[in-house]
Amino acid sequence: MPKVVIEKLFKIFGDHPEKALKYLEEGKSKEEILTKTKQAIGINNVSFSVDEGETFVVMGLSGSGKSTLIRCLNRLIEPTGGKVFIDGEDITTMDKNALREIRRKKLGMVFQRFALFPHRTVLENAAYGLEIQEFDTAEREKKAQEALELVGLKGWENNMPDQLSGGMQQRVGLARALASNPDILLMDEAFSALDPLIRKEMQDELLDLQKKMNKTIIFITHDLDEALKIGDRIALMKDGEVVQIGTPEEILTNPANEYVEKFVEDVDRSKVLTASDVMKAPLPLLMLKDGPRVALRRMKENGLSSIFVVDKEGTLKGVVLAEEALAAAEKGEKTLDSILLTAVPRVSNDTPVTDLLPTIAESKLPLAVLDEDNKLKGIIIRGSVLAGLAGQMGKGGTADV
Amino acid sequence: MSDIFKPVTDIMQTKIPIGSWVEGFIFFLRDNLETFFDNLTEGIDTVIDGMVDLLLFIPSPLLILAFAGLAWFLSGRRIALFTLLGLSLIFNLGLWGATMETLSLVTVATSISFLFGMPLGILTARNKMANNIITPLLDFMQTMPAFVYLIPAIMLLDIGVVSATFATVIFSMPPTIRLTSLGIRQVPEELIEAAEAFGSTPRQKLFKVQLPMAMPTIMAGINQSIMLALSMVVIAAMIGAGGLGGLVLRAISRLKVGMGFESGLGVVILAIILDRITQSLGKRNKKNT
Ligand SMILES: Nc1ncnc2c1ncn2[C@@H]1O[C@H](COP(=O)(O)OP(=O)(O)O)[C@@H](O)[C@H]1O
Ligand SMILES: [Mg+2]
Repeated sequence: MPKVVIEKLFKIFGDHPEKALKYLEEGKSKEEILTKTKQAIGINNVSFSVDEGETFVVMGLSGSGKSTLIRCLNRLIEPTGGKVFIDGEDITTMDKNALREIRRKKLGMVFQRFALFPHRTVLENAAYGLEIQEFDTAEREKKAQEALELVGLKGWENNMPDQLSGGMQQRVGLARALASNPDILLMDEAFSALDPLIRKEMQDELLDLQKKMNKTIIFITHDLDEALKIGDRIALMKDGEVVQIGTPEEILTNPANEYVEKFVEDVDRSKVLTASDVMKAPLPLLMLKDGPRVALRRMKENGLSSIFVVDKEGTLKGVVLAEEALAAAEKGEKTLDSILLTAVPRVSNDTPVTDLLPTIAESKLPLAVLDEDNKLKGIIIRGSVLAGLAGQMGKGGTADV
Repeated sequence: MSDIFKPVTDIMQTKIPIGSWVEGFIFFLRDNLETFFDNLTEGIDTVIDGMVDLLLFIPSPLLILAFAGLAWFLSGRRIALFTLLGLSLIFNLGLWGATMETLSLVTVATSISFLFGMPLGILTARNKMANNIITPLLDFMQTMPAFVYLIPAIMLLDIGVVSATFATVIFSMPPTIRLTSLGIRQVPEELIEAAEAFGSTPRQKLFKVQLPMAMPTIMAGINQSIMLALSMVVIAAMIGAGGLGGLVLRAISRLKVGMGFESGLGVVILAIILDRITQSLGKRNKKNT
C-alpha cells in the first residue's frame, strides 16, 4: 500500500486563489498569472504516490515549488486544493489535534538550514519531539541518545549546537527527526547547505541508515547528482508542476521533455566522465583453456550469472552464461567452445558515460570496456554508471542548477 | 464673503469636550470601583512598606556586602566593586533610608510592569488585532508628559506611595511590552516551523522555543523599564513617593544645591548598579539558555 498519496494538490499564495485557479485552467503561465492577479502559484496540480520504504526525491530549480510541496505534506503550509493521504488518511481535512498527532507520530522533518534550537543542548534538541509528547525525562533521553548514536554523535550530547560544524549540526537535525521513530522523513534540501565533501558523506550515511531503518523518505534537492544517488524515484518540478516522475535511469535515458533533457544535459556537459571512470575491475576472469566446470565454480564463488573470457594476452574472447555452463558441464563437455558467446556488448575506455546509457539500458550483460588493443580493462554494470555520475560530485563540486 | 464660512468656523469653534470625557471616565472608575482601588492601595502599600522595613531591618553594612556579592555573582568584579563603593557613599551621605525607599518603589513598580507587560507583549506578538490596539496605546503612554498621569493617580488612589507607584508603572511599562513582543517576533521563522513540524501545541511553542529565545530581548526591555522608573522618582515624589526623589524635591523648593546634588548622585548610583546588573542578566541568558 502506498504510504503517502498526493492528489491534485494546489497551492496559491495570495488572497484570491480562485482567480488564479481560473487562469490556470485556461492554461495561463505562472508569470502571466502573477502579473494579472498578484497571486503566486506555489503548487500546480501535483499528484503522485510514494510507497512504504521508498526514497522519493523531488527535484527542481529554485522557486519551482519544492519547499511548498513538502510543507503541504505536514500542513506547515495549507494547500489551496487537493488531498494528501498518509496511511490512507486524508490529512487536509483533519482538525488541529489529529494533525498534531500525525506530526508527532508519523512525520519527522529535516530542514535546509538545520533549524536547531540554539538555546538547547544537542541532546535536548534531539529529544524535542519526545519532550512535547510528554515522555518522561529518562525515556526521552534514552531514545534521543540512541538517535544521536545512530547518526554518529555519541559524546556530543551536552554541547550547544553552535559549537558544532555544519555537518554535525545537520546530524543533530536528523537525530531530532529520527528520535520519535516516525515512519516518514521529510527532508527539505537537507544537505544543500553543506560543503561538497561533507554532503557526499551525509548522502552515503543516509543511504546506509535507510538500509537499516527502511523509512519512507521524501527528499528535496535542486541537485541532479544528489537525486540520482539517493532516489529510488525522482519527480522533476517546474513552476509548481511535476514534469516527470521516474527512476533515475528513466530520467536519464528518457527525458520526458526539453526541460528535463536540458537538466540532464547540463549535468553531463559539466563533466567528461568516460567508461574508464565508472568501470569495475573485471575479476574474476576465465581463460580460454578453462572448462565449463571451472567457469561454474568461479561464478558460484563470486555470485555471478556470467563471466568474461580472455586469452593469455588479456584480449577479450567472449562471455559465458551460468545456465549454459551448467548444461555443458552436465553433458560432460571439456571446453568452452560450444557455449562461448562472442557478441559481447563492448565499449572503448574513452567512451563518454552519456553514450553508455542507451547501451546499458538495453543489455542484460555487463558492458566490457576495452582499450585500443581489444584488451579487457574493466566491466560496467548498471548501477556503477549512476554511482559514478553521483560520485563525481564529491570530487568536482556540484552542477549548480 | 465671511458668511459662507460662518457655519464652518462655528463648528470649528465648538470645543470638543475631550477633557470632560476623560474626567467622566475617571470619576466613573472612582465611583464604581472604589473598593477595588482601596484594596489595591492597601495591598501595594503593604508590599512596599514591608520591603522598606526589611531592607532597613538588615544592618546596612551587611546589606551593602550582600548587594556587592550579588553584583559579583551576576556581573563580575568591576560592578561588584562599584556597588560596594557606591552604596557605601550613599550610606555615608546619609541617604540610606531614602535610597531603600526608592529601591523598593522601583522594584515593586517594575515587577508590576513585568507582570502585566510580559503577557501583553506576548499577546501583541501573537495577535494582530491586539497589536493594532496596543501599539498606538504604547506610543500614547510614552509621549504623554509623565506629569499628566499624576492627576488620575491621585484621584483614584489618593496621594501617597501607591499612586506614585501607579504613575511609575504606567510610565515604565511600554518597553517591557514592546521588547517582549519584538523578542518573540524575532525568533527565526524556521525555528517556528521546526517547533510546529514536530507537533508542538501553541503553548509548547511559546514556552519551549519563543520565550527562551526572546529572553535576552525581554531582559533588555526590563532594563529599560527600570531606568524609566528611576527617571520618574522626582515626579513620583510630587505625589508622595518620598525616597531620593523626595529629597531632590525638597532641595528644589529650598534651593539647596548641595543637597540636591547629593540626592541626585544617589539616584545615579542606584541607576548604574541596577542597569549593569540587569544588563548582564540578559547576557547570561543569551549564553546559557
Ligand atoms: N509565503 C509565500 N508567499 C508568496 N509566494 C510564495 C511564498 N512562499 C513561496 N512562494 C512562491 O512560491 C514559489 C515556490 O517557492 P518554493 O516552494 O519556496 O520553491 P523552492 O523550494 O523550489 O525553491 C516561488 O515562486 C515563491 O516565490
Ligand atoms: Mg526551497
